[in-house]
Amino acid sequence: MKSFLRYIVFPTLFLSLYSCKKDNYSPPGTFLTGAIMYKGDSINVERNQVPYQLYQYGFGKVGQIGSNTTFEQNGSYSQVLYNGDYKLIIPNGQGPFIWKQDASGNPDSLAITLNGNQTVNLDVTPYYMIRNAQISASGGIVTATFKAEKIITDSVMAKDIERVSLYVNKTQFVSGGDNIAVQDMAGSDITDPNNITLSVTVPSITPSQNYIFARVGIKIANVEDMIFSPLQKIPL
Amino acid sequence: MKKIVSIITICLLLFVGWGCKKDNSFLDVQPNTFLTNQQVFSDPNLVLSVLADLYNRQVDFSSLNGGWRTFADFSESFPSENGSSYIVQRTGWGYGEWGLNWFDSYNYIRDLNLFLQRDSASTGLSDQLRKRFYAEGRFLRANFYFEMTKRYGGVPLITKPLTYDYSGKVNDLQVPRATESEMYDFIINEAEAIKNDLPADVSEKSRATKGAALAMEARAALYAGSIAKYGATAPAVSLPGKQVGIDPSKANGYYTIALRAAHEIINGDAGGYKLYTAPTGATPAQLADNFANLFLDKTSPETIFAKDFAKGVTHGFTTNDQPFSFSDEGGDAGRLNPSLNLAEQFEKLDNTYAPFATTDASGNPVFYNNAQDIFADRDARLAGTIILPGGSFKGQTVDIWAGYRLANGTIVTSDEAGHLKPIVPGGPDVQVVGADGPVNGLELRTQTGFYIRKYLDPTVGSGRRGQGSTVAFIRYRYAEVLLNAAEAAFELGDNTTAAMYINQVRARAGLTTPLAPSDITFNRIVHERRVELAFEGLYFYDMKRWRLAHIVWDGTPTTVSDLKTNIGKATQHSTQPWGLWPYKEYDPGNPDNGTWVYKEVLPSLVTGANRFLLGNYYTQIGDDVLAANPKIVKQPNQ
Repeated sequence: MKSFLRYIVFPTLFLSLYSCKKDNYSPPGTFLTGAIMYKGDSINVERNQVPYQLYQYGFGKVGQIGSNTTFEQNGSYSQVLYNGDYKLIIPNGQGPFIWKQDASGNPDSLAITLNGNQTVNLDVTPYYMIRNAQISASGGIVTATFKAEKIITDSVMAKDIERVSLYVNKTQFVSGGDNIAVQDMAGSDITDPNNITLSVTVPSITPSQNYIFARVGIKIANVEDMIFSPLQKIPL
Repeated sequence: MKKIVSIITICLLLFVGWGCKKDNSFLDVQPNTFLTNQQVFSDPNLVLSVLADLYNRQVDFSSLNGGWRTFADFSESFPSENGSSYIVQRTGWGYGEWGLNWFDSYNYIRDLNLFLQRDSASTGLSDQLRKRFYAEGRFLRANFYFEMTKRYGGVPLITKPLTYDYSGKVNDLQVPRATESEMYDFIINEAEAIKNDLPADVSEKSRATKGAALAMEARAALYAGSIAKYGATAPAVSLPGKQVGIDPSKANGYYTIALRAAHEIINGDAGGYKLYTAPTGATPAQLADNFANLFLDKTSPETIFAKDFAKGVTHGFTTNDQPFSFSDEGGDAGRLNPSLNLAEQFEKLDNTYAPFATTDASGNPVFYNNAQDIFADRDARLAGTIILPGGSFKGQTVDIWAGYRLANGTIVTSDEAGHLKPIVPGGPDVQVVGADGPVNGLELRTQTGFYIRKYLDPTVGSGRRGQGSTVAFIRYRYAEVLLNAAEAAFELGDNTTAAMYINQVRARAGLTTPLAPSDITFNRIVHERRVELAFEGLYFYDMKRWRLAHIVWDGTPTTVSDLKTNIGKATQHSTQPWGLWPYKEYDPGNPDNGTWVYKEVLPSLVTGANRFLLGNYYTQIGDDVLAANPKIVKQPNQ
């Protein structure tokens, strides 16, 4: 028993402690954060749907770093990385906005040199912005009014509104995929883009709660991702 | 002395001379561990065995030996296996989904190119045989490029075996992607070039024939035409270099080719193909049996090209998907459950669409005397494709019902199939749920109320793991050729021809009231293909080429009213597989006692809603491939 302790347990303990120290690299610790912005206003999107890609050259590595890197609902992003040189792109056809492109139509990359925590906001040009979104509830009916401001107006690039939607959910994730109630209005039914009103009845929630979360969104024709208003928590 | 010298000299000379000769031929022996190209390509049987390997390496989207899961997605069915619930719990697909192994694929293409090179160089084969083998190789290559094009759009089109010269430069080996229309042109031209070297033999099912080449041509041209025409619905799904997307002006040209190729088969130029109609009768049950048998009868004149199976080379589709209660292999059954979304698509016999009547106009349940009454007067393909509650397989009736419904609407059921318990407190113990389900979360039994019937093998022992099933997977069949012709004619503005072809397919299914030319619409075309070709690996590509996928699978959950409205519309959205659960009415003393009541149920394991992104239209080409060949451009929207 004593020799078991001496010959097996101590060497094992020693070895495991020793290897812990020796084998592991220090984890990445530099934060790269930011948000997609248009002239200082953040752009709200659907969670897990609008991707961005980070690249780092060298190390014999090809392709983007990580996978499934997407923006949060409020348009922000955050990565923990090592210090170094990176390039960031938003792939073509993603997001309710236009990201800069090079002459051959590929997404232009944004060079980022990380040396300590850094905030990099990504300037994009959205097709539309939602302004003055006001959402309120009374008598179990949620009503939203907002203005749809057309940002890209030149005849080649501009796109029409396919529909506008008011989404209500019991959690803070509110979008076409996450909702308990939705009210759509086709783009052709909008009479005054400066004053769009939508309302929807909140269904019964189990277990009951006395508040809901709501956002309005614009679906732009031939653009996959919707643009949303900031999330609002509405007491019922 | 003299004598000794001469004897020794002669002996030595003999020896040396003998040895020299012998050594030479001793080293010059035929290897007996491999065959040279010259040997192989002189013997028709050896060429055929090389070809057999090449046939075997073809790929299918859904395949019987590729696992039941290849049939399971897109809300057309529910996967009743707990390890596969992810199919209905995810909210979409990765960009890499449905891809092929790029390196295996190009290895295969290289082997095909080598085969063609060696076959054309062979001198030991008769002219006719050499031509036939050559044409078969080209058919396989074209068909495989078709499989790649459906997934990736344009890919590097390599038609010669590439060789590396060890110079350190690989520029010549890096081939850029062809345009999508070049891919389809290649497939069409190959089919035209080889069709007359292939036999026009209706009894040849598992080797390439003239019919197979023409069927491939018709399908490819139809796909190309619809991508050209409907690409405008989703303009973002294209690349500036046209590796993805086809110019709209080419649509009519492709539709014309599709119609011509289909006509050649219909006219009998490729042999006497026709719809499978065994002379059994025209009752709904007989028509349904006939439809199911077309997939089982290997001599069917409808089958044009199939992946065949035989004793020793079997698959487990029947093992995986047979009804639970009379499974040949206890505990191995019932995985693929067709959904209500699909079942409701089958029309009434008067050519109208209607959901199954579960409630009357005021919302009260409808009572049926027999379990199958709710499915009466429908397209025979419903019962031919799906085992319905009260339906039978291998001569036994499936036991599908979800519980008792009391007069006040409460449900008595159990979470264990076939469980005995009292219906009312103090009553006798009786079975309260069917032995075949449905029970939420109880795997290997139906959870939608339906089992798959298509491809299910009634042969004794076909459901055993050790024995397996030898049912063939049909890649091209005559009914699809008719539907291809109908679609091409419709797109070219010839509704009369379209109606004529579509009516032939429908009449076989018991829909004997013909559609008038004015009834043929895009929705009709889409609908007919969905019900006729369900679970044949074609629905997904149809949704892609019509650019309907992002509309049908839009990520919003499917509600009961979504299910019941817009049936037969191409854009009806279908993101979650629903079920239709039968209940027995328990109301002693009332005439309704013992009748059947139905309810639409979303299986509780279904938590996701499918969302098809624009970036899903064309499968991602891996970063490793892009890095190895910088000339390859990325797919759009990824």
